Amino acid sequence: MSVAITVKDVVKRYGETTVIPGLTTHIGRGEFFTLLGPSGCGKTTLLRMLAGFNTVESGDIFFNDVRINDVEPSKRRIGMVFQNYAIFPHLSVRKNVEFGLRNMDVPRKEVRSRAEEYIELVQIERWADQMPDRLSGGQQQRVALARALVTSPEVLLMDEPLSNLDAKLRVEMREVVREIQKRVGITTVYVTHDQEEAMAVSDRIAVMKDGVIQQLGTPRELYHRPANLFVGGFIGRTNVLDGQLHVENGQTLVTVAGATLVVPGLPGAADAVGPVKVAVRPEEFVLDSSATTGIPAVVDHGVFLGINTHYFLTLRDGTAVEVIQESEFDEVLEPGAEVFLDVKRHKINVFDRDGATNLRTGSTAAQQQVPA
Amino acid sequence: MTTILTTPETKARRSRPLGLDIWTTVSLALLLLFGLFLLYPMFGVLKESVVDPDGGLTLSHFVRFLANDYYVGTVRNSFVVSIAVTVVSLAIGVPFSYFYTYYRLRGAKLLFVGAVLSCMSAPFIGAYAWILLLGRNGVATQLLESVLPFKIGSIYGFGGIVLVLSLKLFPLVSVYMNAAFRSIDGSLLEAASLMGSTGLRRVWQVMIRLTVPTLLAASLLVFMRAFADFGTPMLIGEGYRTFTVEIYNQYLGEVGQNHNFAAAIGIIGVIVTAAVFLFQKFAANRFSFSLKAGSPVQKRRPRGIGGALIYAYMYVLIALAMLPQLYIVYLSFRNNNQVVFLPGYSLDNYRMAMGRLLGRSVYNTIMFAVVALAIIVLVSVLLAYLVVRRANPVNNFVDTVSMLPYIMPGAVIGIGLVIAFNSPPLALTGTAVVMIVMLVIRRMPYTIRSATATLMHLPMSIEEAARSLGASKLKAFWRITVPMMGAGVASGAVLSFVAIVTEMSAGIILYNNRTITLTMSAYVAITRGSYGLACAFSAILTVLTAVLLAIYLRFTREEDVRM
Repeated sequence: MSVAITVKDVVKRYGETTVIPGLTTHIGRGEFFTLLGPSGCGKTTLLRMLAGFNTVESGDIFFNDVRINDVEPSKRRIGMVFQNYAIFPHLSVRKNVEFGLRNMDVPRKEVRSRAEEYIELVQIERWADQMPDRLSGGQQQRVALARALVTSPEVLLMDEPLSNLDAKLRVEMREVVREIQKRVGITTVYVTHDQEEAMAVSDRIAVMKDGVIQQLGTPRELYHRPANLFVGGFIGRTNVLDGQLHVENGQTLVTVAGATLVVPGLPGAADAVGPVKVAVRPEEFVLDSSATTGIPAVVDHGVFLGINTHYFLTLRDGTAVEVIQESEFDEVLEPGAEVFLDVKRHKINVFDRDGATNLRTGSTAAQQQVPA
Repeated sequence: MTTILTTPETKARRSRPLGLDIWTTVSLALLLLFGLFLLYPMFGVLKESVVDPDGGLTLSHFVRFLANDYYVGTVRNSFVVSIAVTVVSLAIGVPFSYFYTYYRLRGAKLLFVGAVLSCMSAPFIGAYAWILLLGRNGVATQLLESVLPFKIGSIYGFGGIVLVLSLKLFPLVSVYMNAAFRSIDGSLLEAASLMGSTGLRRVWQVMIRLTVPTLLAASLLVFMRAFADFGTPMLIGEGYRTFTVEIYNQYLGEVGQNHNFAAAIGIIGVIVTAAVFLFQKFAANRFSFSLKAGSPVQKRRPRGIGGALIYAYMYVLIALAMLPQLYIVYLSFRNNNQVVFLPGYSLDNYRMAMGRLLGRSVYNTIMFAVVALAIIVLVSVLLAYLVVRRANPVNNFVDTVSMLPYIMPGAVIGIGLVIAFNSPPLALTGTAVVMIVMLVIRRMPYTIRSATATLMHLPMSIEEAARSLGASKLKAFWRITVPMMGAGVASGAVLSFVAIVTEMSAGIILYNNRTITLTMSAYVAITRGSYGLACAFSAILTVLTAVLLAIYLRFTREEDVRM
């Protein structure tokens, strides 16, 4: 049985410094929920409050309708996977998986069979009777996962579980984690600082900074419609251009580095006339070497990466931008070449002058709503 | 070798006389030194134990030993009392470390210093002070017997040895266990608690199990110290004879000396320690696993009744461990007429000590320690380099040999040196040289181990970088490797210095009036019944130890303390 988690006005302080100034959110039953943010943003602190290893200075945490602020970690029915796996080095793989069951008065026979079930689920049968120090990082990760799930907890907490693995294994393991979570159907809170990993596994992501959720949404929402410039920059790559917004004949015009573009679909435009920040992802630029209108730019250099070619250009106002184009056979833009850039108007985002509000959605961090 | 074959010109440039490079020379020199000062004397003990008065080969000494219940009993006594000391030291040392590591205690530093001090004190001072406190005419005995309706038990014998040695040796367990508890990753404990393992159950299921290798290592150390200890059973053992005391009596006793028999007992003692050593290695192998470094556990403030009990436990224990030394220092200022302490305070004891070789004792103690330590550090660094960077059969052999004194009771080493160097061509017995050789041999294994461990953690690439920048092998070693090993070796060296200063069991066989040290002077005074004088010597020794340790602890992080 998995539970829904409600976090209400939760505050965390360490001495004088407030790490989380009052955070509210809701995590649905069986949801894969990720806390994403740079180090020091409070994501691990929040996770450890859910686990019960950190005290809650004020506010409440509910599992379904039960307030668990003062419940011992061991009584919260939680499974946790730690950044360094925390596999007991003195116990074999099987004993590690059985550890929790043995502390639960489960009949001996059932301990064995349930452990076996989860050992098979994470596919570590071959190493089941070995000592864990013989195992690779990925295998240890699987043991940690089996050990966390075998007691049928109501919540699975994962604290940067893949950060100690090499890049290739990380990609492989995140698929494993995602698949097993779906199969077990357990409410999962996952902490990471890797945005790609977060997007690959999560149902929803909460992007955090300074203990505040900057935006909560599906990976798609976060990528295409970031609530503010921080989220836009943290999720994927973004070129930020200084622009001037004005409204003429009911059309919204944005002037960027010597070119004026018509940008439709900006409901908040009328209130934001003046300086704005224009966020253009590298693939949202259109670089056509035969174009004669658009944003004038000079090619700095290009990097051929197979599928794509990355160009680094300088705009007239001195801004350096990155553009990704699908590679072509005859593409040769020499350094120094003068070109005109266009942007995919429906995709780009325009923020107010301090980057706090997305003019397309009108949302800010403060207005983030708790979905039902 | 292949390089030499393919590029003959480099061979020409590199070759030295006899084709030896500098490190080969060093390793042969070390082989020679260890052969002469360690293997040869040990061989001497072995030979002594199997010759009869006519010079023929005989096993009669061993037969005599094994046939007589009394003699077998001494080894059995030593063994039993050492096991008891080990168990008690673990029983009081492990909780001490647990509280020390996981609670933020007021005066934690003081507790630690107290523990180290009592552990490093001269071996017999504890026994002597406890006799003065709880012995037949002890202050505490008289006080308690006037209050209590029953007679308190005797301090002499088995109980006394266990009391004195446990209070002295539990800090060894603590220093080891502090490190072990500290190295337990906090997330392991969190993981355990999420899986329903909390409180005492978690202590047993996870924390103790994770520290088993350390527990075994500490047990071995305590056992070896207790087994080889001479001063404590000599003073407080009385009817409870241990084999170290028996060796001493057979070798230097006033009646019925039998050097061959003493050597045979020594050999049997070494066999026992070697067996225990191997058994420990075997057990440690079965329990070995690697602990990954992780985030340390947050210390908690002790609260409530439990907290008060923790404080009481820690401070009472350290107070008891420190009591002998404080009491001795106090008594050294008391007036006395040889055997009875009188009211009033004076410096008479110290004045009397001046007339009894105090100056020479202090000079010898310091001079021997400085010279011995210099040799130990030099040899250890060289040997560590050879073993870690240039492992070959010769170097590994020297390394193994250098560890032999670890399992050899001091008395055996003492006898060996006397036998080996009693007559020309190397008549060293009674000279300062033999004292220094003995100190070097006794303390070398510890420093070699810490130097080796330090060097293992230094990446080879640093030396290679120096070599690539044009430094010679020797220059790279002196200018780069040695300074980098410095901190690790130096911290071990200070403790070695203290151990040397308080050396007793081998020295007692080798010393004479010219090479007398503070420990010997104190011991002589005790055996002659000059209580005040004994206290004065002991107090000077205690203060010297304390000052050295204070300096050491001032400059060493607690994590680096190795004993």
